[in-house]
Amino acid sequence: MSAQKTTLHVDPFERNWLIISFAMLVVFSVVIAVSAFGMGIQVPVPESRVDPRTVASDPNSPWSNPGVREIVPGQKYDVYILSKTWQYLPAEITVPAGARVTFYVTSMDVQHGFKIQDTNVNVQIVPGHVAKMTVTFDTPGAYDFICTEYCGAAHGAMAGKVIVQP
Amino acid sequence: MSTKYELSAQEKKFVGWHLGLAVFALGLGSLFGPLQALEHAGLDLYPFLKPLFKSYYQGLTLHGVLNALVWTTFFITGFLTFTTIYGLKRPLKYPKLNLVGFVMMIAGLVSAAIPLLLNQATVLYTFYPPMKASPLFYLGLTLVVVGSWVEGYGFYFTYAAWRKENPGVRTPFISFAGILNMVMWQFATLGVAAEILTMLLPWSLGLIQNVDPQLARTYFWFTGHPLVYFWLLPAYLSWYGMLPKQVGGKMFSDSLARLAFWLFLLLSIPLGFHHQYVDPGVPAIWKYIHAVLTFSVFFPSMMTAFTVVASLEYGARQRGGKGALGWILALPWNDPSVAAQLLAGLLFFFGGIGGLTNASYNLNLVLHNTAWVPGHFHLTVATGVTLSFMGISYWLVPYLSGRKLWKPKWAVVQAWSWFIGMIIFSQSMHILGLLGAPRRTPLGLAPYIPAEWNSRLLQVGIGGTILFFSGAIYLTVIIATAFSKQKAEASEQVEVPVAESLQDVNLTPQWLDRWAPWLYATLILVVLAYGPQLFEQIRNIALTSPGFKVW
Ligand code: HEM
Ligand SMILES: [Cu+2]
Repeated sequence: MSAQKTTLHVDPFERNWLIISFAMLVVFSVVIAVSAFGMGIQVPVPESRVDPRTVASDPNSPWSNPGVREIVPGQKYDVYILSKTWQYLPAEITVPAGARVTFYVTSMDVQHGFKIQDTNVNVQIVPGHVAKMTVTFDTPGAYDFICTEYCGAAHGAMAGKVIVQP
Repeated sequence: MSTKYELSAQEKKFVGWHLGLAVFALGLGSLFGPLQALEHAGLDLYPFLKPLFKSYYQGLTLHGVLNALVWTTFFITGFLTFTTIYGLKRPLKYPKLNLVGFVMMIAGLVSAAIPLLLNQATVLYTFYPPMKASPLFYLGLTLVVVGSWVEGYGFYFTYAAWRKENPGVRTPFISFAGILNMVMWQFATLGVAAEILTMLLPWSLGLIQNVDPQLARTYFWFTGHPLVYFWLLPAYLSWYGMLPKQVGGKMFSDSLARLAFWLFLLLSIPLGFHHQYVDPGVPAIWKYIHAVLTFSVFFPSMMTAFTVVASLEYGARQRGGKGALGWILALPWNDPSVAAQLLAGLLFFFGGIGGLTNASYNLNLVLHNTAWVPGHFHLTVATGVTLSFMGISYWLVPYLSGRKLWKPKWAVVQAWSWFIGMIIFSQSMHILGLLGAPRRTPLGLAPYIPAEWNSRLLQVGIGGTILFFSGAIYLTVIIATAFSKQKAEASEQVEVPVAESLQDVNLTPQWLDRWAPWLYATLILVVLAYGPQLFEQIRNIALTSPGFKVW
């Protein structure tokens, strides 16, 4: 400390601490990259845009007739869900266990959320955008899906169910 | 070196008004916290409030706005006014300018309060469109922000004047840190400024019909994340630059403290997409880049953890503390200001770990908008920051008012009860979130509550009740201090705690006291991290959402 030169002065303990911190952050970044881009545990990405003012009424819009579309029986299903204050249309859907189910969710009014309990499906529903999430239900049963964004007075009542049949 | 400096009576009054309004906002805003917590526990008291407050959500909006926006911003501008003047040991260059800024902030507060209290702006503190509030609400927020900018300009003029009078001298740490926080804030608030001025305000006035909610979210979180660092840095300022003095020690490393603050300026802003991990309108790669940048801002927090703990240990050993951990007991725990800040720091540490979890990109699929999130930020802003500010006020209010702190023992009880209440509250909120409980939801209404949530919900209510009493003690102590009839004797006057550095400050490298390179670097990083995606979203703007009033 008697040196007259200006220095950053890093204590040896502190240097080690910082090296460990840095290494930790690198490890986290790599692990996440592998799990997301390698193993496909991915967040939603831009799918398509719609006009929230017409998405429910335009006959060409899948959300004018929301519900389950069977693509490959027993294996592949698309589900169109329309969110609006304070309900999902449809509020109950049925799919078979083990099938790949892709949800396309959008809103005709304010922002909502769409979270299927006990799965990795959890997405912000932003009017004007389509949120797409794919999931395979291995275990038969009833899965609640719930609104996770404040959407007005009865937000807490906004929920639906996926019935997974054996 | 440490010649005593006194703020003038007028300056004390000016800072005191900031604190007074801040504490008032905290008092009213925090009232709703326990009500929310009790609602979760099954005790719905809102029917009794009907004449005044219409709903859970009107209360929650007031809770978020008054606590997260008003209490913080008013306390911080006041505290930074103090650290600027006291650190530089010179009065404000243009006190009238600062006064104008402050009056704008008050005008904004009043303007926003009217629709909030009339249930015309029940849009929560994030005011996501296309929910549409009264124009007075957006106007009020704008005035508060612009007023704080004007106060900031006052700091810059003062700093420039000081620099001219003191060429070559290192900027005193507390002034440096405070001014840096204001600079960061002015960068950061450009996001909401764009959101409100180009979309929400004209829309609420009927000048435009529709907005783009996804772009609005991007603008909002441009500001929303650095906002949390704006709250946090004044607490860090105190932990680095004042608390060591309060425990009888010194600042462990002046240069690393400054480096940490520069890194916060550099890294606080370009990471807002970590609030939008599950937004449908943002590409994965940008979300990932912001995830890595979020980890990088964790680095200066790790520096802080080391330096602050090392300073505390140094102080404790000066006081005769012994042992690997035994020194902790030698800290002056009976000083309420110290106890509050130590306990705040301790819980903030756990908040930081939760923050890393939140930052972890695809883990957000589990956590997004669950009760975990308020569980997390009640450790950070509602404890790390708020309890630290309470601790600071335990010496600052006596200093400004020339009174003795009213019943310091009660203030110690307040710090501990906040700490304990928050552990109970926050732990159960975290677990509820992992079990799938949503946030922003009066759960009494929800049709999907499994039995396994019930014991945790009860725990939320218990924590909230303890916090209610803690908050009440805080208000009592502060009010009784500020309005006590009895002035403190000359011998009882509070000494402002400013820690000296263990290392000679003049050995701190010059590049740590130079603004331009850091400002350019910040600008470049923000442009790189936000420019392309912001450009893309603006180019593809779709003004397709009309407004809704759904409360
Ligand atoms: C008296 C102690 C407090 C209690 C018991 C409490 C309780 C709560 C609860 C239960 C929620 C969640 C409501 C929901 O998601 O439906 C909440 C939200 C929130 N709290 Fe607190 N709180 C307290 C103090 C504070 C303080 C001091 C701050 C900030 C300085 C704060 C900031 C917030 C914010 C920003 C939200 C989110 C509001 C929103 O989702 O829009 N709280 N609080
Ligand atoms: Cu909803």
